[in-house]
Amino acid sequence: MRNTKNILTLDLKKYDFRDKVDYVYTAPKGLTREIVEEISYLKEEPEWMRKFRLESFDIFLKKSLPEWGPDLSEVDFDSISYYVKPTDRKSASWEDVPDYIKKTFEKLGIPEAERKFLAGVGAQYDSEVVYHNIKKDLEKKGVIFLDTDTALKEYPDLFKEYFGKVVPPTDNKFAALNSAVWSGGSFIYVPPGVHVDFPLQAYFRINAASMGQFERTLIIADEYSFIHYIEGCTAPTYSSYSLHSAVVEIIAKKGARVRYTTIQNWAHNIYNLVTKRAVAYRDAIVEWVDGNIGSKVTMKYPCVIMKEKGARAEIISVSYAGKGQHQDTGAKVIHLAPYTSSRIISKSVSKDGGRASYRGLVRIVKGAKGVKSNVNCDALILDEKSRSDTYPYMEIMEEEVDIGHEASVGRISEEEIFYLTSRGIPESEAYALVVLGFIEPLTKELPMEYAVELNRLIQLEMEGALG
Amino acid sequence: MKGLIIRNLHVSIENKEILKGLNLNLETGKIHAIMGPNASGKTTLGCVIMGHPKYKVKKGEIIFKGKNILELPADQRAALGLYLGFQYPLEIKGITFQHFIWRSILALKEKKRNGDIFPKNFIEFKKELRKKADILGFDEKFIEREINVGFSGGEKKRAEILQMLMLKPEFVILDEIDSGLDVDSVKIVAQAIESMRSENFGALLITHYQRILNYVKPDKVYVMVDGRIVKQGTFELVKEVEKFGYKVFEKV
Repeated sequence: MRNTKNILTLDLKKYDFRDKVDYVYTAPKGLTREIVEEISYLKEEPEWMRKFRLESFDIFLKKSLPEWGPDLSEVDFDSISYYVKPTDRKSASWEDVPDYIKKTFEKLGIPEAERKFLAGVGAQYDSEVVYHNIKKDLEKKGVIFLDTDTALKEYPDLFKEYFGKVVPPTDNKFAALNSAVWSGGSFIYVPPGVHVDFPLQAYFRINAASMGQFERTLIIADEYSFIHYIEGCTAPTYSSYSLHSAVVEIIAKKGARVRYTTIQNWAHNIYNLVTKRAVAYRDAIVEWVDGNIGSKVTMKYPCVIMKEKGARAEIISVSYAGKGQHQDTGAKVIHLAPYTSSRIISKSVSKDGGRASYRGLVRIVKGAKGVKSNVNCDALILDEKSRSDTYPYMEIMEEEVDIGHEASVGRISEEEIFYLTSRGIPESEAYALVVLGFIEPLTKELPMEYAVELNRLIQLEMEGALG
Repeated sequence: MKGLIIRNLHVSIENKEILKGLNLNLETGKIHAIMGPNASGKTTLGCVIMGHPKYKVKKGEIIFKGKNILELPADQRAALGLYLGFQYPLEIKGITFQHFIWRSILALKEKKRNGDIFPKNFIEFKKELRKKADILGFDEKFIEREINVGFSGGEKKRAEILQMLMLKPEFVILDEIDSGLDVDSVKIVAQAIESMRSENFGALLITHYQRILNYVKPDKVYVMVDGRIVKQGTFELVKEVEKFGYKVFEKV
């Protein structure tokens, strides 16, 4: 391969901008018991949540950093602000959204996708949801789509029943941190038999330097319901490291289907350490569609726990690791019941010294007969400096199961590029085309607008067209 | 002169010389055929003309439309109007055939190669593609398939011809275009090549056997042995090859 270094220059300048924002409240840097108390107080939370936060804070202090994955030694918990509230106001319609926020979204090319798709939108700007609109017929159907803070106030019982049950604070250090300082995120409840025909979506964006973002999302899909939730992230670049540590919990009851799509494009100085987990009951289907392009380090392994017969998990994960990036992503499927099935497709692209790892777990307990699981991970390495690793863990305690695992590592061949360029396509575009073809299993699962946005982004990165 | 001129071309791969001072004068407006035994350097010639980075040109020049093209990358040669039909077309996953051809056309348009010969927009493009795909015996679904993935040998070859029809090149090199084709397909492909015939179109058919040449009548025929052109003539030369084999020419 020739000249790939020059061609594949990564440039995210387009997305590298900051708005001037007068923050209403910025917590002092560093995390203390007092700050956790303060957050709960400012949010006027019930006593149980205050306790939950404080207990989580204790767990956070006791837990050590995970040592089995990427290097996290540079994460400085004392240099991060744990709560920022950019505006007191919540807007009900697009017109009410403050101009500076609109501008930010516009620069990211978001409104078009929204206008076409959306009626209900939760767009998170820094820590607080500023824009939230629920389509009228959703309300009629009894669908609840709120920012998580509001949901705690308006539906305290429903909230308490499910919150923190799928991902307890004891799960890992970052889940504990999120549980202590969480703010914003989406809360969705879909009543039995209700199908939400369009994807609900929310954009998250970090805007204050050295500010952590700890949103918390909880989705409860009642029996035989359907919901597709989309989350997309972009963030400006900063000189000091920022932290994004979210928790997403999904409960898919009998016969329900939940699809959760993420396009993650954090700036390249952000640690993106996210815990995503779903519980699937009888015949329920949970699908994680997960695209990771940005961040400095991402650790994310969407998980589905199949608790009852017939439950199914589909996890599609695509990572793109460029210069200075480490994408440590994968999937976990836990088969606790017979005749449950799972499929994992993982694709990674690494270039300019980037590192992409697949880390996955397939666990089948004793007695879970008739389980089917299929894992497929393919890596594409674009130059000699870049790296790809695969860590597939299998814990199979039952014999009557059907397990498939395939892995491949590939490079783009000179012959492929010659074929494409011989038709008139410039070399840089030819590389981009092959990469887009490689991640097509993900893009074909996305709504059109997202697929176009993602393809454009990757193409620009591959071609260095912005440089 | 219009056309493709090759002078004293020396080409090697991994330090092994394959073309050893090759000379050719391929005028446009004519169909040329090169015949030769295996490993005589025929495929190398096609790749070198199109600009494959693997082959190192040690000496000589390739002139197209009065311009020495040796320094140009493949995409710019395509923009000048060259086209190579591959002996073994590549399979590329995840990109549809339709998308691939449209991107190629956009790239050619951008380089302003007779922009007005191409469809104005995607809808017109699709109409033209459907029509031409139909001529080549492809069904509706074909254009939505991934590039050459899972195609039979014959489908791949017909797909090369379909690309040629869509990209409207001025000079084409078709490498063993008839291998893998059944008799009916050979006729369809030959008709497609014949349909391109004009004063502003030239072709070089690279072939081992004479079969395709019974359907596309070459104006000039060359015999290539061991990296050199050893004899040239008219269609009569094809018959000579068929009768005596390549052995006779090796002694020349």
